[in-house]
Amino acid sequence: PSRSSIASVVQLVLSLGVWKTLLFSLAAYRTDEGQPWVLPVVKKVEQKIANDASLNHEYLPILGLPEFRANASRIVLGEDSRAIKENRVGGVQCLGGTGGLRIGAEFLRRWYNGTNNTATPVYISSPSWENHNSVFVNAGFKDIRAYRYWDAAKRGLDLEGLLEDMESAPEFSIFVLHACAHNPTGTDPTLEQWKQIAAVMKRRFLFPFFDSAYQGFASGCLDRDAWAVRYFVSEGFELFCAQSFSKNFGLYNERVGNLSVVGKDADNVQRVLSQMEKIVRTIWSNPPSQGARIVATTLTCPQLFAEWKDNVKTMADRVLLMRSELRARLQALGTPGTWNHITEQIGMFSFTGLNPKQVEYMIKEKHIYLMASGRINMCGLTTKNLDYVASSIHEAVTKFQ
Amino acid sequence: LGLSWWSHVEMGPPDPILGVTEAYKRDTNAKKMNLGVGAYRDDNGKPYVLNSIRKAEAQIAAKKMDKEYLPIAGLAEFNKASAELALGDTNEVIKSGRYVTVQTISGTGSLRVGASFLQRFFKYSRDVYLPKPSWGNHTPIFRDAGMQLHAYRYYDPKTCGFDFAGALDDISKIPEQSVILFHACAHNPTGVDPRPEQWKELAAVVKKRNLFAFFDMAYQGFASGDINRDSWAVRHFIEQGINVVLSQSYAKNMGLYGERVGAFSVICKDVDEAKRVESQLKILIRPMYSNPPINGARIATIILTSPDLRKEWLEEVKGMADRIIDMRNQLVANLKKEGSSHNWQHITDQIGMFCYTGLKPEQVERLTKEFSIYMTKDGRISVAGVTSGNVGYLARAIHQVSK
Repeated sequence: PSRSSIASVVQLVLSLGVWKTLLFSLAAYRTDEGQPWVLPVVKKVEQKIANDASLNHEYLPILGLPEFRANASRIVLGEDSRAIKENRVGGVQCLGGTGGLRIGAEFLRRWYNGTNNTATPVYISSPSWENHNSVFVNAGFKDIRAYRYWDAAKRGLDLEGLLEDMESAPEFSIFVLHACAHNPTGTDPTLEQWKQIAAVMKRRFLFPFFDSAYQGFASGCLDRDAWAVRYFVSEGFELFCAQSFSKNFGLYNERVGNLSVVGKDADNVQRVLSQMEKIVRTIWSNPPSQGARIVATTLTCPQLFAEWKDNVKTMADRVLLMRSELRARLQALGTPGTWNHITEQIGMFSFTGLNPKQVEYMIKEKHIYLMASGRINMCGLTTKNLDYVASSIHEAVTKFQ
Repeated sequence: LGLSWWSHVEMGPPDPILGVTEAYKRDTNAKKMNLGVGAYRDDNGKPYVLNSIRKAEAQIAAKKMDKEYLPIAGLAEFNKASAELALGDTNEVIKSGRYVTVQTISGTGSLRVGASFLQRFFKYSRDVYLPKPSWGNHTPIFRDAGMQLHAYRYYDPKTCGFDFAGALDDISKIPEQSVILFHACAHNPTGVDPRPEQWKELAAVVKKRNLFAFFDMAYQGFASGDINRDSWAVRHFIEQGINVVLSQSYAKNMGLYGERVGAFSVICKDVDEAKRVESQLKILIRPMYSNPPINGARIATIILTSPDLRKEWLEEVKGMADRIIDMRNQLVANLKKEGSSHNWQHITDQIGMFCYTGLKPEQVERLTKEFSIYMTKDGRISVAGVTSGNVGYLARAIHQVSK
């Protein structure tokens, strides 16, 4: 779904003024009251920043706020990351996860697998966040392919298809991997499956480009949600990881992201960063300071860091609760089909498995606005609307097959 | 462990402009001066956060707003206010709505969005003509966007002024339907601006040659102290029926450097064209960074749309412009006092943050090595970095390397 198609759904909703309209499309967290949530720790830190007369609005360096970059990389790679200790990690502060993906893609197009090799295949999961494709196309790549991921029949990961696609991919192909909470399916490989994926990628010299937009938000635990990235690093991969702090810090409109670069050694990473500077300079020159300051301040103060982890867990726990409650209701209603995927999937989104006719019913008759793919934003669920949503799904599934 | 993917990646050269500040920071000389990057400094050499900005920030903090994503095109209120600032709110373009303005990542982001838009939709030409010299980052921005760069004569090193005849001559020979970029005011790096009568002739030849005009306006208000005067050229071109595109930055005139506040506008034939253009700009922006940062745009919007704060802001901008003019005057006076026999009139003739001193690279190198005075090697100084406390030292140093 394009952002403009989401936007037009929103427009439609707002113009209808229907009291039971339920927004399940936008990728933003909502409280149990259906409201946006500015994290309490963020409010606290913003107040600190506002009261600090010594702060100004001077340019950040091209690569961003140093304390932000270092700590952001530390968050995804871990406190005791050997790669960080060995000084072979670099960070580029970017405008959200999108910015990190774009800078990484621009770099890869210029410097990966030769010089300016626009023919290197880029593999994106089927399905994936729709903007992945645009990012790599606009960075100049000519050969964007899909790798099998979602098995609609069994409503789960098509591991066999995924591994087959990796085996048959040309050597040195780039693979965009969702670090956790796959968007839009909510379906992640298990730890064992990640190990298999890593083994194939290592043997076939495939480049891992992680998209980490939900660290902490998925399971409620930062370390758990970063397991895949850390495993790849421990297996000796050089990789990129585009981190977004939009969801786990609730800083959507401040555009806070970090592109973590893990290389073989410090020298390689330094040269990579120096070329990243040149790319950044012609797109946005240097990144915005407000969001990075908030994150850096939070991550570098033990008390605030603890409070942030708590806030993140609050969000993750609410989503997990909504998942289990929805599943329980569907099972209690005896809704045809199996519904364990609701709780097996993770993160903000769920691929409900509803077909287009059922989705249309949900939208037109029940005013529950989910995406045509059947993707629902679990954050749209609240204790007040659980019954309504469950009964609506029940109706849709029983009326239309 | 195996070879790295990046073994063949070369170390990039330090950015010529921002790299100057980095070298300055490493210098331990107490008398050091940073005349490199174009960031305003007060008379104590300190960054200046405008009072009007502080007030706007306090308002924002008190409102406790949410952090939901902005639309791809940014804050609508900001976009409208930004276009009105550039064109004047009674402008026919504003009244008719035959324009689109999108919020961008300051001036650089605006130029890149504009360049990418032209690469994709300006089917008549790949050629972009920049004044010689131009801001160092213009060339890589347009090049990375897929355009080809050329130049038209602009700066006359003999007079340290505008090569009007050379510019007209070159522009009259540019292939029709090429893109030509103009600095709306306070030309960077030279500080040399055409006079209004000269702008009129430039507009005439642009019209005659059917050239596509791209204005870069990074210093509105900052040049003369008067926002209407500084945007006169842009408004004149539009009045002459030239549908320009325009990049705006609020980095300098609002001191919002690190907040990355800017806008890109396309003057269109009609509202329908504007809508279509807007939809395509969004398609370009989405895979770059999805949507822009809100903080700076909110501040700018409050300033532009609150009568009291807008008035205060305009006074502060004039204050900054006046201080720079004062430093120019003092520098020339001090050079005379030092006994320099050169003609330094261009220092006061030029306008805006920058001054093309006319110094050669070897002289610049000496200024840095012997006096810890940091500037770009084209001889450009940021006058904003000069204070009444260090202008004497600067004059002495310049005299030493140029006598």
